[in-house]
Order: sequence, then C-alpha cells, then structure tokens
Amino acid sequence: MKGKDYCSRISFSEGGPGDAGKTGSWRVLRPVMDPQICTPAKRNAPSCYICWLYCPDGVISRTIPPKIDYQYCKGCGICAQECPTKAIVMVEESSFLKKE
Amino acid sequence: MQVIESGNVAAALGVKLARVQVVAAYPITPQTPLTEKLSELIEGGDMEAEYVPVESEHSALAICIAATSAGARSFTATSANGLLYMHEQIQWAAGARLPLVMCVVNRGVGAPWTVWNDHQDSISQRDTGWIQLYANDHQQIIDTTLKAFALAEEVMVPVMVCYDGYLLSHTYMPFDVPDRELVDKFLPPYKPAYSLDPMRPANLNTVTLPDVRRDIRGDMTHGYMEIRHLLQQDMLDAIPALKDIDERFKAVFGRGGNPYIEPYRCEDADYVAVSLGSLSYHLRDVVDMLRDEGIKVGVTSVHLYRPFPAEIIADALKGHRGLIVFEKALSYGYQGTLASDIKSALYSRTWDQPHRPFVINYILGLGGREIATPDLYKALKESCTPDGPKGEETRWIGLKFFE
Repeated sequence: MKGKDYCSRISFSEGGPGDAGKTGSWRVLRPVMDPQICTPAKRNAPSCYICWLYCPDGVISRTIPPKIDYQYCKGCGICAQECPTKAIVMVEESSFLKKE
Repeated sequence: MQVIESGNVAAALGVKLARVQVVAAYPITPQTPLTEKLSELIEGGDMEAEYVPVESEHSALAICIAATSAGARSFTATSANGLLYMHEQIQWAAGARLPLVMCVVNRGVGAPWTVWNDHQDSISQRDTGWIQLYANDHQQIIDTTLKAFALAEEVMVPVMVCYDGYLLSHTYMPFDVPDRELVDKFLPPYKPAYSLDPMRPANLNTVTLPDVRRDIRGDMTHGYMEIRHLLQQDMLDAIPALKDIDERFKAVFGRGGNPYIEPYRCEDADYVAVSLGSLSYHLRDVVDMLRDEGIKVGVTSVHLYRPFPAEIIADALKGHRGLIVFEKALSYGYQGTLASDIKSALYSRTWDQPHRPFVINYILGLGGREIATPDLYKALKESCTPDGPKGEETRWIGLKFFE
C-alpha cells in the first residue's frame, strides 16, 4: 500500500484555512476589529499578534493591522477573548445580513 | 532452534524476532508472563525496544497508536477485562488504519470474575475492524505473531493474535524458534507508508462531516462513510493477502499451508466438528475415537476468523451432511457467533441447492469449566447421525445445575 493511499484511507488534514471548505458560512458571531485600539496598530510595531497566534483556523494575518479572512473564520470568538486591548468584539451575523 | 517453553514465551520470542520497537502493556492474568518476558528481554538488552509501563490497558493501546502513527512497529497484549477496557482505542486503531499487533490471551470476562479460559473476550471485539487470527498450539503462536506483522503492514489493518489462556499460555511445549536472519528475510524492518513528521505537520483522524469535504488545497477528500467502506474492502483484501504471506512463510521456514482453516480427517467425512483454538486439537482425539468405531467424522479449526473467509469455509463445509460447532463464547440472546457465521456463509451459497448441511451449536468451557473428553465424545457421537439433535438452540456441555 502506497503512502498516498494510506492518507486517503483515514481522515487526514493539514493545518491552514479551508479544511472542510468555506467554513465562514458556519459563523453566527463575527469578530470585528477596531484598528484604532489594536496594540501593534497603535505602536506601528509587531508587539502583540495574540489574535494571530490563538486563531485555531489560521485565518488572521500577521500584518498591521491584522486582517480576518471571513471566508473561513468560523466565529469561535477566541481572538476576542484573548485580545488584551479588547479591540475585537463579536457581532451578530444577522445584523450584517440586514445591511448587506 | 527447538525449545521447550510456554505459549506466552512463544509469543514474546515472536515479538522479539519481529524487531518490535515499542511495547506498551499492562499486566493481566493470563497474559502477564508474556509482558514480563518482553520487559526482561528489553531490560537485558536482548531486544532493542522502548517498553512503556502504563497505568491501564486503555493507555497501553493509546501509546501503541501514537507510536505506530510516528512510524514505529508496536505491540501490546492483554486478556479479558483488559481487552474490554481497550475497546474504545481498539476501534480507533482500526479506523486509523494502524498496523498494530496485539496478542489476546483468551480468558472469560466478568461478571462474575473469572481468570480462566474461554473466548468471550476476543469474540466480543469481533466487529471492531481488527483482523483476528486464532492459534492452536505453541508453534502457531510464534509463527502467527510473525505473520501478523506482515499482514497488518500489508493491508494497514491491526491484527489480534488470539490463543487460549492457560491451555496454551501456561503449558510448556516444544516448538521451533525461527532464525533471526530468516525472520529478517521474511519480515524486513518496518517502513511505514506514512508517519508523523514535524517538518510536515498534519492532523490524523480529525472530525469528519456526514458528507465528503474539501481539504486546504481545495481537493475533495473522503468522508466518514468512504473511510469506513475502504476499511471493509481492505479487510476483505486481507484474505488473499494472508495466503500470499503464508506461502512466503512456508518458503522460508517450511511451515504453513493452512492460512484459513485446518481440516483433520475431513476428506471423506459425513460430519465435521468446527471450533476455534486449541479445542480443535482436543477434538482430534475424539475424532480418532469415533473413526475407530466407523463413524466418518472430521474436525476443522478456523484460523482466520475476521475477515471471515466465507467462500473458503463454505466450500470446505457445504458438502458434508452435518456440522457441529463447538464454541467457548456466544452472542447472548442468540447463539455462538462462529455457528451463526458459518450458517450465513453457507446460506448465500447453498440456498438454491437440494442439499444443505445441518448445523448444531454446542457451548462449553465457559470460565474454564473443564472440557472432558468423554463429554466431547458423547456430544459429537450423538450429533453424527441423521436423527441427531437439530435446531438453532445452543446445547451446553458440562452444566451442573442442582436442586
């Protein structure tokens, strides 16, 4: 049995956004970031990135300010919980539905 | 090299010769001397492996699962309630398609407590997706252990090597210990098809959805049902694979030729007794006694129980007048599982035939109840007649109820 065959015989996945498809559709609460409060944005230096580090789906970029990829973000809320400056708040998806 | 040793030591020597790299086990009667021997071999430097002492059987198998995922050839062993305690990890190892080998030293399960032999422990794990091989004597224990690694690694399905507690595990018999060079030829060092690599991180056996899904590259990947279907297909592929391995083994060591079943005096037999494990060798004595009386009877042991070699078993058994299945375990509320499986294999191949053999099911030896040769003789003799007992009820040998 070949190595490739083995990996198709089990549930096998690699880290990164997009495992299980466009998982952004699962989201009920959307993390919204206020770049004015975000620590590295204020200092213009890479001093925090706690949201990038904690995101279990790897959908937050290591940039200033950090960007959240809503195509894949499942809305778990860990980034909002961990943000030391409370720059991320979780907002009901339904409120965006009305606007969009 | 010929030695006189116990069945547990036969298994341990097989594990050593297989160049197993990780052993994790928790002692339980009657498996204990097997794991003691392995820890002795490793501690004494006779075997290059990591022995991981654990606090439970669940952890023992969890460690073997992790070690095999990391690319090591791994082994564990247990009995009875220890096997039941592994149950969740047993299913996991099968679904994770890890080529583990585990010796199950057969013992009855509690309650009530028993430390003695029957087959209820491994039979209760029949439907978990592991290959099950049953050994009849000490030579088969060591040979089957070596073949088990070859088979597991060929089809990527874990294998249980089952042998009778006490009757084989604690008795001493002469057997041949294969030469190391020949074993290395038959079973080269383990080269995993895939193993965990810190440079290429991956998640194994992550949650699946009811449907197929895309991976991070956007490629379609199998869902739960596809993965389980492939397990079923590969289990069935283990049937021809075992034949090839048995032939390779025979070419190197000169032993083998009966990868699935082992018939004894069955060629012209009107009636055939069937059983798992050492009981089939016990039944050979009874067959000889009945043959001396002119009764045309034979006995067949089933070596490969899962995957069930239905085609081979039905072909071997369908031409006889009657089959008498002796079992040391049962599916409570119905009957012995081997009897059910044999009937199922026969039905789909003989339903439109004028002749179909009758099948009688005896249950015996539970919790180590003595299996007396005169009792076997009486049961087999009264079954070897067209007017003998029929029907699907289980007939229990050796019961002693009193008023």
